[in-house]
Amino acid sequence: MRAMKISLDIELKDIPGQLVHALKPISELGGNIISVLHHHNRKTPLGNIPVQVVFEIDERNVETLVQRLKRRGVSVLRVGRERLRSSKIVILIGHIVHSDIRDLIDSIDSTGFAEVVKLSLEMPAIDMKSSASLTISAVNEDKLNEAMEILGDVARKKGIMMISPI
Amino acid sequence: MRQSGKVVRITIIGFGNVGGCVAEVLMRRREAFIREYGIDFRVVGVADAKGVFVSEDGIKWDILRSFRERHSISRNTDMSALELIEDVEHDIVVEATPTNLKSGEPGLSHIIAALRASRHVVTSNKGPVALKYDELMNIADAKGVQLRFEATVGGAMPLISLIQNLEGNEVTAIKGVLNGTCNYILTRMYEEKIPFEHALREAQALGIAESDPSQDISGEDTAVKLVILANAVFHMKASLDDVSVQGISEITPEALKLADDAGYTIKLVGEVSRERLEVAPRLVLKGDPLDVRGTLNVATVKTDIAGDITIVGKGAGPKEAASAVLSDMLKICTTEKLR
Ligand SMILES: NC(=O)c1ccc[n+]([C@@H]2O[C@H](COP(=O)([O-])OP(=O)(O)OC[C@H]3O[C@@H](n4cnc5c(N)ncnc54)[C@H](OP(=O)(O)O)[C@@H]3O)[C@@H](O)[C@H]2O)c1
Repeated sequence: MRAMKISLDIELKDIPGQLVHALKPISELGGNIISVLHHHNRKTPLGNIPVQVVFEIDERNVETLVQRLKRRGVSVLRVGRERLRSSKIVILIGHIVHSDIRDLIDSIDSTGFAEVVKLSLEMPAIDMKSSASLTISAVNEDKLNEAMEILGDVARKKGIMMISPI
Repeated sequence: MRQSGKVVRITIIGFGNVGGCVAEVLMRRREAFIREYGIDFRVVGVADAKGVFVSEDGIKWDILRSFRERHSISRNTDMSALELIEDVEHDIVVEATPTNLKSGEPGLSHIIAALRASRHVVTSNKGPVALKYDELMNIADAKGVQLRFEATVGGAMPLISLIQNLEGNEVTAIKGVLNGTCNYILTRMYEEKIPFEHALREAQALGIAESDPSQDISGEDTAVKLVILANAVFHMKASLDDVSVQGISEITPEALKLADDAGYTIKLVGEVSRERLEVAPRLVLKGDPLDVRGTLNVATVKTDIAGDITIVGKGAGPKEAASAVLSDMLKICTTEKLR
């Protein structure tokens, strides 16, 4: 299963039973509901209530879910995919001046499927090698490994040592 | 009561740290080997770079002891080491001359001569096994003798024996910390937050690192061990050029601190599988089986049926190598009908 966190914005009519009606397809498709937020204070001009549901589901079921919701008359405003599920840390050692670290981060962030979510830098002295730890997140394990390879290539070209987890 | 055992004649070619230590253990445990294994080892010849000492009935123990104490033999013949191997009747050749990773010599010629003369060979010398595994094994098979080399790989941990005992399993990968010197240096850098050079000097002062530590810290020593495993376990016909190698000299105390903050430590890890031959510093989770400290070595053998099996042992030193040589010798004695 390629679990993915989804936040779903829907509008429900302000009558009892609507929420259960809307949530049913999520559990039918193996989703795990994490939170449900009713925005009673933000009723729409037509009197509907905006609801945000956050849940985990296999990413391959997302399209089916949206179709089933629509068929049930639930109006789906937005499907937010919180895609970054797998993460890994790497350590870099070298003369990591600011431009270099920017390039390294960009090489990951520009992929669209991975990003650097945390960076710690230790610079002992101006002319000494710096060390950095980067936490990289990606949509799934395969993409994470792909991102690690991209980073490895960039690091190698810049003569920066990269230490990755076993 | 005097007990007697089956006489097994051996020669020790290369009488330095390892060869001398093998002789010492043979002297010290002589009675025990007779009692427990029914084997009476006799050293019929020893050789170092300066010459050969031979005695077909077995060199007297006090003579061997004096060689051991002087770290040098005095010769009693003009015979060369090769002639000793070929012409003096014996069962097992212990080859412990210096490792040469370019030509494998002089060990390679010694081992080939021994196998051709139908003698079993036990070696601690990585060169010949890493360079010419297939060729040597073919001669051994043709002559119906054994070539054993436990001491070349895992220090005191019986990695090769473990794998040989996993019959029925397919080994899919071996991953481990195979160099005690590097592990000592990284452990000290991690614990004391000291720079690499400082930890290296400390290791040298303690006799853990050699005065020329380049083979250890460059990762080459680990790479050679991987090549031996690749050939012996995975039948890969690999050579040193096939291994991607990165050493530890670039590692900073800050990197170890950052790793620590994230729950990791850094180890020089060697990894061999059909897809991968790599030596590199890697992040190892604290508490992982590979997280062993000091000069310890560790290896995890991945298998299809038995799952992961991990062994830990002291890294290579003369005593550990001698222990591995002795256990190979006893394996030969217990599996072969010696003449
Ligand atoms: N020491 C360890 O902890 C360890 C651990 C595992 C494996 N090994 C391997 O085991 C082998 C021996 O190591 P070591 O520490 O015992 O080395 P060592 O102390 O340098 O001893 C080498 C011995 O080989 C002799 N030798 C050199 N060239 C020779 C030749 N052409 N013919 C006959 N003898 C010759 C040397 O004689 P001279 O003294 O006259 O030069 C010396 O007696 C090496 O291959 C090493 O890589 C060592």
